[in-house]
Amino acid sequence: MRKFYIILFSILILAWFLTPILLTFLYAVTPESEYYNPDKIIPSSLTFKHIKDLLIILGAWKSVIISVQVALISIVLSFILGIPASYAIVRYAFKGKDSIRLLILLTRTFPLMVVAVPLLTIYMRLNLNDTVISVALAHTSMVLPFMVLLGSSVITTIPETFEEAAMVDGLSRFQAVIRITLPLALPGLTAASIIAFVMSWNEVFVSAILTLTNRTLPAYVINTAYASTDVYKFASGVIMAVPAMVFIFFVRKYLVVVWGLSLK
Amino acid sequence: MKRFIPYLLCLPAIIYLAIFIGYPLIQAFVLAFTSRSGGISLENFRYILSSQGFKEAFLNTIIISGIVIPLQIILALLLSLFINSRFKGYTMLLYIISIPLALSEITAGLMGYSIFSSMGFLNKLLLTMGVTDKPIYFFGYAYKFREFIVIILSELWRSTSLVFVILLAGLQAIDREYTEAAEVDGATPWQKFSKITLPLLRPSLLSALLLRTTFAFQIFGNIWILVGRDIPVLAGEAYYWQTEIRNPNYASTYAIIIAAITIIFAFLYLRTLRSPHLES
Repeated sequence: MRKFYIILFSILILAWFLTPILLTFLYAVTPESEYYNPDKIIPSSLTFKHIKDLLIILGAWKSVIISVQVALISIVLSFILGIPASYAIVRYAFKGKDSIRLLILLTRTFPLMVVAVPLLTIYMRLNLNDTVISVALAHTSMVLPFMVLLGSSVITTIPETFEEAAMVDGLSRFQAVIRITLPLALPGLTAASIIAFVMSWNEVFVSAILTLTNRTLPAYVINTAYASTDVYKFASGVIMAVPAMVFIFFVRKYLVVVWGLSLK
Repeated sequence: MKRFIPYLLCLPAIIYLAIFIGYPLIQAFVLAFTSRSGGISLENFRYILSSQGFKEAFLNTIIISGIVIPLQIILALLLSLFINSRFKGYTMLLYIISIPLALSEITAGLMGYSIFSSMGFLNKLLLTMGVTDKPIYFFGYAYKFREFIVIILSELWRSTSLVFVILLAGLQAIDREYTEAAEVDGATPWQKFSKITLPLLRPSLLSALLLRTTFAFQIFGNIWILVGRDIPVLAGEAYYWQTEIRNPNYASTYAIIIAAITIIFAFLYLRTLRSPHLES
């Protein structure tokens, strides 16, 4: 009996969560004539024309590249800026530590959209508007607080005694961190970077305001969707969804941990 | 020298946030409080707060979150209890429930569109079954109520996963000994849930509730892609004033209003999360 309910609930859950995803994927590869034929629920043939057109002729590929560049720059920046702070928060007791933690938590819930418009005016003064780096710098301020928090939770799991042992053996603290702590923290930090990548890959408001010609993928889609036919809309949905879904699959066991953090 | 090390390690991150959040935030205030003539005044706020657009956007944001959030808390609670019973194959289901977390608001909107568009799945189904002979339109200014329903379903679909993972993390942190002890004492499943699990889950429930409320005031992408300004919301208005009217002052005024609301909830969030520790 218990087994029956488990199967029943599982089917309901699968249907609710997967139906829109599968339909979007299906319609993205359905020929236009079949999609607009009301008698056809399941198309009799499939085509990659829309996805190919969108990427090659309509310029989405350029936006994919820009999105990847933006995400990579902001991950690297927030890693370099954030991980030292994570380390300090975990390993040192110092005055003002709580205020720094609070500041980081506040910036994480802070709506990034507030700074989009002023950033644009600042960038225009600096002649930085409509560039990849300008979006990457904005995304870094979204990813950085997240990186500090997650970084510190990863570092907490690595015993300080490992570093101390290495220091007894004659390494400096810096060397001990580089040779011992960082390699041990690497899996957790990689997961954090992947989630950070997805955050940046998906961000639309700030990217759409900051760019005009060098658009990230979501900014490109929100500006072109109105003028495209349905199958092209679904094709753009697929292009945005696939990398994110694959990445999240790799870090799936970290997801609960990451959001469990919001309790601390 | 040694006692400066932690500060030096934190400094780069703090300086960065000061430059890229602090300074623009000040500029946002400047833009919002600068009137058309260039002086400092409340003119923009007076205009926005009394405009029809703002009232509608504010009301819509409240209505959407007022319906979506309670529903999704219940839904996520059921889902997380189900997954936490750890039956065979629950990890696969856990991943599938988490997928919307990986999707942008726009993608989630487009996925809803695959069901409700005039040639979408629902209409195809109804047409072939002969329930209707012409498609039911869910989009367009004349069908605002239907647009509302689609948005609520789409938002429910998209953002329930976030509540789910927070609640699951909370459930996993509950020591199984408590429920096992209650079981030994002959507690019914309902008693175990209402007397043990639910009270212990309270911090997670509160944090999910407040986090979702702050995010609800930033809702933008899926609404914009599905219905545009048919159903205005706060963030959508900020976007509209900036990109279509090119009025950074009004856009910033909206942004400041969103920030103010968010900060109030974020503050409540941090306080309620800290209080349990203070009590104990």
